[in-house]
Amino acid sequence: MNTMETQAKPVLYGYYRSSCSWRVRIAFALKGIEYEQKPVNLIKDGGQQLTDQFKAINPMQQVPAVAIDGVTLSQSLAIIQYIEETRPQPRLLPADPKQRAHVRIICDIIASGIQPLQNLYVIQKIGAEKAQWAQHFINRGFEALEPILKQTAGKYCVGDEISMADICLVPQVYNAERFKVDMSQFPTIRRLNQTLGEIDAFKASHPSHQPDTPDDLQA
Amino acid sequence: MSGSAARVLKPVLYGYYRSSCSWRVRIAFALKGIEYEQKPVNLIKDGGQQLTDQFKAINPMQQVPAVAIDGVTLSQSLAIIQYIEETRPQPRLLPADPKQRAHVRIICDIIASGIQPLQNLYVIQKIGAEKAQWAQHFINRGFEALEPILKQTAGKYCVGDEISMADICLVPQVYNAERFKVDMSQFPTIRRLNQTLGEIDAFKASHPSHQPDTPDDLQA
Repeated sequence: MNTMETQAKPVLYGYYRSSCSWRVRIAFALKGIEYEQKPVNLIKDGGQQLTDQFKAINPMQQVPAVAIDGVTLSQSLAIIQYIEETRPQPRLLPADPKQRAHVRIICDIIASGIQPLQNLYVIQKIGAEKAQWAQHFINRGFEALEPILKQTAGKYCVGDEISMADICLVPQVYNAERFKVDMSQFPTIRRLNQTLGEIDAFKASHPSHQPDTPDDLQA
Repeated sequence: MSGSAARVLKPVLYGYYRSSCSWRVRIAFALKGIEYEQKPVNLIKDGGQQLTDQFKAINPMQQVPAVAIDGVTLSQSLAIIQYIEETRPQPRLLPADPKQRAHVRIICDIIASGIQPLQNLYVIQKIGAEKAQWAQHFINRGFEALEPILKQTAGKYCVGDEISMADICLVPQVYNAERFKVDMSQFPTIRRLNQTLGEIDAFKASHPSHQPDTPDDLQA
């Protein structure tokens, strides 16, 4: 027990409302892994992710980054897969390779096809038309995800076990709601989001409950 | 060759010669020595063949690549490649050590989430007149992060001395950078790796200049 006590907890560099940071918070929570947070405010001081100090932590100057087991990792899905491979229970990827592929397809549609087109950096660059731009890309991705999820989903995104697909979906729906996307055309996504929102790991990691959540958004 | 092996269908790749994401999958098949068929999807012709209802049934996201393999159809190049890796494990495309695997995935994801989606055809068509600057901006931004990362992780290849998914992602992205006239002089590690990898048969055979749908004037 002494070695465990001297081991540092993982440290998450994230932002309460960053959907990619939330993915990592969910994964830690599902695995029952205690971690510390060192919030990086993406708005304040021109964006704390742009400091030289944070650039040394992540050259891409983005959250999340995680210091764990003596290394610092970035890219939420790489972080989560590292956690999965080193702390295997409970599993976040199915055992069957085809099911795993379905999980990864859903994750990648979100993590490559939607979120990067509507993150803070990009919408700041788009400027005045950012709301329409963000809605466009979220709609486009959800229009593909809805029929895919109709095929793959049981109780959760892929079958009846929680996976990385669920971890990616919930924060993306939160973003969709922030950008006022009309969710009525995505009944499967809504149903899954509702089910997942009742789970402790998803609730505890919600943007409204984080150390850096502004007072007026605390829940 | 047994009777049942002869009846097993080859995987089918729905791709485009110049799609960097399709190229990633071609490299993976080549590295694994897996024979496959191609059914090219021309992203420009007829307003974009990826937008047909027929292709939408293959991939609801209406993008290449998609692969029909083992009775299923998969999309998203990294999901496809990881499926191939898990079902045809040799030679390996991910290191054995979890930390090294994480480094590979970080490099892949910087490219596959942080660069390519911001400069793919769909997005630059939407950006319109300023597309060259937009694409250069995002490639530069990603390469400015990748260069110091690769300086740390690279041996002969992107991560150590074994070819991995990171190399598979890097080469097509450098090709895109060159198409968009990005100044590569500030990225010596990326250039060195790209040069080394470009000499490897799997990378050469899968190059956009050698595909069934490569236009005659771009054939090499």
